[in-house]
Amino acid sequence: MNKKRMQDQLITYGIVIAAYIIMEILILTGNLSSHMKGLLVPMTYYAVIAVALNLCVGILGELSIGHCGFMCIGAFFSAFFSKVTENMLPTPIRFFLAFVVGIAFAALFGFLIGIPVLRLRGDYLAIVTLAFGEIIKNVINAIYLGVDANGLHMSLKNSMELGLLPEGEIIVNGAMGITGTPHDSNFTIAVIVLLISLFVVQNLINSRDGRAIMAVRDNSIAAEATGINVTGYKMMAFTISAAIAGAAGVLFSHNITSLTAASQYFGYNASIMILVYVVLGGIGNIRGSVIAAVILYMLPELLRGLNNYRMLIYAIVLIVMMIFNWSPNVIIFRKMILSKFKKRR
Amino acid sequence: MSFLTYLINGLSLGSIYAIIALGYTMVYGIAKMLNFAHGDFIMVGCYVIFTICSTLSGNTFVGIIAAIIICTLLGVTTERIAYRPLRGAASPLAVLITAIGVSYFLENLALLIFGADIKSFSSVVKWNGVTLGDGSLRIQGVTIVTIAVSIVILIALQLFIHKTKEGQAMLAVAEDRGAATLMGINVNKTITLTFAIGSALAAVAGALLCSAYPSLSPYTGAMPGIKAFVAAVLGGIGSIPGAMIGGLVLGIIEILSKTYISSQLSDAIVFGILVVVLLVKPTGILGKKIQEKV
Repeated sequence: MNKKRMQDQLITYGIVIAAYIIMEILILTGNLSSHMKGLLVPMTYYAVIAVALNLCVGILGELSIGHCGFMCIGAFFSAFFSKVTENMLPTPIRFFLAFVVGIAFAALFGFLIGIPVLRLRGDYLAIVTLAFGEIIKNVINAIYLGVDANGLHMSLKNSMELGLLPEGEIIVNGAMGITGTPHDSNFTIAVIVLLISLFVVQNLINSRDGRAIMAVRDNSIAAEATGINVTGYKMMAFTISAAIAGAAGVLFSHNITSLTAASQYFGYNASIMILVYVVLGGIGNIRGSVIAAVILYMLPELLRGLNNYRMLIYAIVLIVMMIFNWSPNVIIFRKMILSKFKKRR
Repeated sequence: MSFLTYLINGLSLGSIYAIIALGYTMVYGIAKMLNFAHGDFIMVGCYVIFTICSTLSGNTFVGIIAAIIICTLLGVTTERIAYRPLRGAASPLAVLITAIGVSYFLENLALLIFGADIKSFSSVVKWNGVTLGDGSLRIQGVTIVTIAVSIVILIALQLFIHKTKEGQAMLAVAEDRGAATLMGINVNKTITLTFAIGSALAAVAGALLCSAYPSLSPYTGAMPGIKAFVAAVLGGIGSIPGAMIGGLVLGIIEILSKTYISSQLSDAIVFGILVVVLLVKPTGILGKKIQEKV
């Protein structure tokens, strides 16, 4: 890896760590209201999932609008694991294993979803990931899972159908979701997860595999002609992206008392919001995603008056950014303006 | 007899999907882009009819005509402002993300204007329908009208595309945009016309959808829009009869799975079909296989 890239990576970590230290100082000196303190963990896991989505959209070049589905998978599997093992394992080990479970299942689903879709063109991927996000939400809303001395019970109808023993416990209660997941997430762990995901993604980008992935993005036929396994690399990037989204889900589920597969967290609109972070931060720019996620998450909280117009503004930002960055005519126009400035100098 | 009733309901829902899917498939076939906002055009059409019927003249016919005109204008304007500047962009993602932005914009604009509460939409079809047999099989008026309208639209579109100059131009642009330009076809105009027709169809679909399922919210169009896309893929995207078949099949599957399997899982089943189709036959039932050229 050359020196400049190394520096670039270190700057990203530096920004995250500096922001973390500033926040911690604010908390210690009591300058942060409890409302703002409650926003720190969500802010961080949105930054994590924005990094994951940027890997998929910016580096792999495939638009996924169901990334919240992977977050949902990570959230539910890890919360289920934590609930079952709540009294069996000490907290740090349990939370670590919850991460392993959440990430593994999100990666597994990413892999399974990737098989049919990644062989196809981009538009299909967008729709199928969207469909997948909806399927996950619907299925989880219909599942009832309980545990008692006889083991696990599952039903798709209602909690009475489980046939639990009297001392048994319902864990996943259909549309009511999982309640009482241990509150293990905190800002420090969230920042560590963010740093690890940044480390994984940035090293991937600068590796041989990462260059292969970007070659596939830029021209898959040319990449294939040079002997790159196109489907393999697509699967790899997509699975890693899903796994990181799953990690965000683990943070999510262990930060909330009552976890439901509601649209506001895992639906289409939530996925679009993350896409806005990625687009505004710069498609393919990992550091930009983190910064955009933090700013866009905090901004509406600070400017309460704008809350009603927030989504509308996001939509306009999305359209204007795309036209400004990608329209052939605008690109020519921008070059013209720039060259005029250069002449004057 | 109850099975027959469900089948007819499925046909009716399927006809609505088919009308929406026609708009999707035309735009996809000719402009080579996925108009994500298509479902939201439906919602706009519904709100126009709702506003006119409940506050202004109260005449349903005026409402439908106004909805068609406004949706057509909306489609053409969207194409002009948001999609045309990105034609020929280096990344295919650009126009897709813009379309998502337009969809998001329309939903949130409707949310600001009309609020999040669900409005109850009064059916545009005042006819009660017919009872067959000894009264065991009742078919609602809106069901019959929906199926009839979709058949009329299909025939009209087929005639338009194969018999008129504009329709031939559409086929040419769909086949090869560059060659069509060389033959003197105005590509921009043809694509604008496609958007106009697609959006007008969305307004019609909206009127029928909200008559059959009378609850209107800013998110009314989103789900049917996505399912109609599934229908278009199922039938073979770019093919007009394909969209019709795909829509009908999807509608029947949805109603039957809602009835016999689980109402909560019916969406999951519909989307599961999409995944299976893409896995087994990505070009759909009537789609043509297109080899990517270097």
